[in-house]
Amino acid sequence: MRPRRSILPGFAPTLSASIAWLGVLILLPLALMIHVALGLGWRGFWTIVMQPRVLGDLRVSVESALLAAAVDTVFGVIIAWVLVRYSFPLRRVVDGLIDLPFALPTAIAGIALSALYAPRGWIGRTLAPLGVHVAYTRWGIVVALIFVGLPFVVRAVEPAIEELEVEQEEAADLLGAAAVQSFRHVILPALVPAIMTGFAMALARALGEYGSVIFIAGNKPMVSEIVPLLIVTELEQFNFEGATAIATLMLAVSFALLLLVNLLRGRLVRSDV
Amino acid sequence: MSRRHGWQRSVLIATAIVFVLLFLILPLAVVFLDALAAGLHAYAAALVEPDVRAAIELTLLIAAITVPMNLVFGILAGWCVGRFRFPGRNLLITLIDLPFSISPVIAGLILILVFGGNGLVGGFLAAHGIRVIFAVPGMVLATIFVTFPFVARELIPLAEEQGNEEEEAAAMFGASFLQILRHVSLPRLRWGLLYGVVLCNARALGEFGAVSVVSGRIPGQTNTLPLEVQTLYDGYQVQAAFAAASLLALFAVLTLMMKGALERRHRDELRALRRVRAL
Amino acid sequence: MDERSTPTWHACGRRTLLAAGAATGAMAFAGRARGAEPGTLLNASYSTTVELFRAYDPLFAAHWQKTEGRHVSLRDSHGGSGAQARAVIEGLPADVVTLALAYDIDAIATAGLIAPDWASRLPFDSSPYTSAIVFLVRKGNPRQIRDWPDLIRNDVSVVTPNPKTSGGARYNILAAWAWAMVAYQEDAAKARSYLRALLKRVPVFDPSARTATLAFTRRDLGDVLIAWESEAYLAIKEAGAASFEMVTPSLSLLAEPPVAVVDKVVDRRGSRAVAKAYLEYLYAPEAQDVVARNFFRPRDRNVATRYAAQFEPLKLVTVKGFFGGWQKAEKRFFADGGIFDQVYGHGD
Repeated sequence: MRPRRSILPGFAPTLSASIAWLGVLILLPLALMIHVALGLGWRGFWTIVMQPRVLGDLRVSVESALLAAAVDTVFGVIIAWVLVRYSFPLRRVVDGLIDLPFALPTAIAGIALSALYAPRGWIGRTLAPLGVHVAYTRWGIVVALIFVGLPFVVRAVEPAIEELEVEQEEAADLLGAAAVQSFRHVILPALVPAIMTGFAMALARALGEYGSVIFIAGNKPMVSEIVPLLIVTELEQFNFEGATAIATLMLAVSFALLLLVNLLRGRLVRSDV
Repeated sequence: MSRRHGWQRSVLIATAIVFVLLFLILPLAVVFLDALAAGLHAYAAALVEPDVRAAIELTLLIAAITVPMNLVFGILAGWCVGRFRFPGRNLLITLIDLPFSISPVIAGLILILVFGGNGLVGGFLAAHGIRVIFAVPGMVLATIFVTFPFVARELIPLAEEQGNEEEEAAAMFGASFLQILRHVSLPRLRWGLLYGVVLCNARALGEFGAVSVVSGRIPGQTNTLPLEVQTLYDGYQVQAAFAAASLLALFAVLTLMMKGALERRHRDELRALRRVRAL
Repeated sequence: MDERSTPTWHACGRRTLLAAGAATGAMAFAGRARGAEPGTLLNASYSTTVELFRAYDPLFAAHWQKTEGRHVSLRDSHGGSGAQARAVIEGLPADVVTLALAYDIDAIATAGLIAPDWASRLPFDSSPYTSAIVFLVRKGNPRQIRDWPDLIRNDVSVVTPNPKTSGGARYNILAAWAWAMVAYQEDAAKARSYLRALLKRVPVFDPSARTATLAFTRRDLGDVLIAWESEAYLAIKEAGAASFEMVTPSLSLLAEPPVAVVDKVVDRRGSRAVAKAYLEYLYAPEAQDVVARNFFRPRDRNVATRYAAQFEPLKLVTVKGFFGGWQKAEKRFFADGGIFDQVYGHGD
């Protein structure tokens, strides 16, 4: 695998070192996991994976992740727009804070959100009289996932907004388009690839999230329990096979979902041209 | 900009600010306020507890091992992937990004499969008195796994963007690989490198899911600071939990400031990174 | 080009190897250094003894300093009793185990880490304190829960941990069974339907007794928590008597959490003396006082008399007396395919 006619040295050693590193650290463990999962046999795997609790938790994880990623997308685009196009006091602070979910440990986010939305927390006690319970319910999961996914959308969309051709918008303006029309037909199509990328990344993160969710979720099987927690529960019982089977299922579902999103993105981009 | 749409502008800005307040500022605030809820004295007392101090030390030790290792890998991967074209390059990039798409819990699980008591090499290691799972080495490996892509992801697009001209010129003058790296590439990449290190470090300090699975959860021995926070929180010591959490939150704010400063000073170089994918 | 890259490859390779070696060495050192000195002791305990050992450890450390003139650093790990036993078997380097039931220590003995006669090495079958199964309800007892039959009502939600990982959970289920057998005059079929109905009222099985308690107290899960008396008292103390109250059932089960030295670990680490002393001291009057103050029933008669007001007399059966011991109970109820599995069905 030698590149043709490059005079730069160091290709072979760096490539082999990278492959070795990746192989030992990532490929080997993953391959082992799939090997164990396959070792269960088709029937064994299916028995574990088709349990009501596994399917129910999968549904909770997927639905919560989709909803949170959707919310992140809507508000993420708004925030990205505001940050790029407008100047206002504290703009820099807001810009810096967007990355907070990336810098803050997930467990800290978890206890903070749990404290906020618990019945006695600041937000929780405001919502309780309205009959809205967030902490220890499915809504808690969604709130935590919104938190962790936000920066992905904002940072994916910002560069795309920066590169928008202002002339097109001005042309639309001149032709008498209302702001909404201009947005829908001129701006949005140009942003779709970036938005889909951001959505996909937020979704990927949301599906696998653990630390920030377990404190605020109810952890009730099939109602407010996420798949990562189920895997940990199996591990705590030293049921390695169960944990491996469920983990393999989760990886498969995640990849399938992301593939779907990428395909959709491809189609939307093409249909626009 | 579009000043005619005055009220729409205000609505959008207000929406953004309210959302940020609700989802980002309030959680951050609650950490500090709950930590100090019992007064400054109780706050300080919580932080000097031996278990908390041990957790801080362990967290720093793990980061001190993880970050340099990922830095080295990042430089190596950045070189071969960022400066050469070869079949399988995209596959390699996908593999490098893989830890980002895998739940940290699964990262812990696969380490147990390899290094656990009944794992691939676990039995062999145990016979020689080396314990990986339930001990610090396992936690280091778990942290390396999840923070692994950070530096590489910064350096690859940056190297691509910068091109190979200077490196090739140096090579033509007879410089060796290490000489080129030291005197040509790394100086040019240093802001991307620093950026990647800052992100890698933040994640290494705060990693929870993967480490939780492989740690023995022994307070004072195999609890990192995030794990210690959970131990305290689940042990009727909520205020102490938030006190420990506030240290991590403070560091998070510091990370954000460093990140912001780096971005502002080296906007053009780092713009290349944003364009390719988020963060 | 090749002449140039060969020496640099060697240099690069050597340096990388050196770095890798240094890193591995650092990790191995970190893995060994912590907990390698006999000046430390690791106690693998179950989930509801956090406060107990937090109070006991300094007491023992002072005692050890006084009698032996040596300093010992004490560490406790907590988790579901069954889970902790498994962890020790899988390699958790505990010098002593202080678990919820004899069966879990027996499991470690079967795995070869503890001598089979461990129970006879200390008084009371190596159980320095006891507790009993009670109910914890919300203040004012809004659901009017008085006894076991109330737990299977349709409007009642019961919190109890997962018997696969929690020792406390196994006591809970055996207590329920014992009451049912007595109430239904030894009719095992009726006892089974009672148990089945009871398990249906449980929304989630937490991995340990402590997480179940937190689910009940902090997350407002369920109407009644089946827990040890010690845990119930502690929850009331922590959350305030304004939030919860304890209800004692008409028939309860004596919980006898045992302790043992992990022979294989102490022989490897050379910590047998301090480990043995750590457990023996639990029976000393000062320690029994700490035990009672943390709501466990002390074995020491004098201390028990002092705290009589705290521990009301309960109608109790024991695992040995009613079930023929833990080996039999475990096999009958909690082994794969046992009564729990039959009654609850597959999955958790």
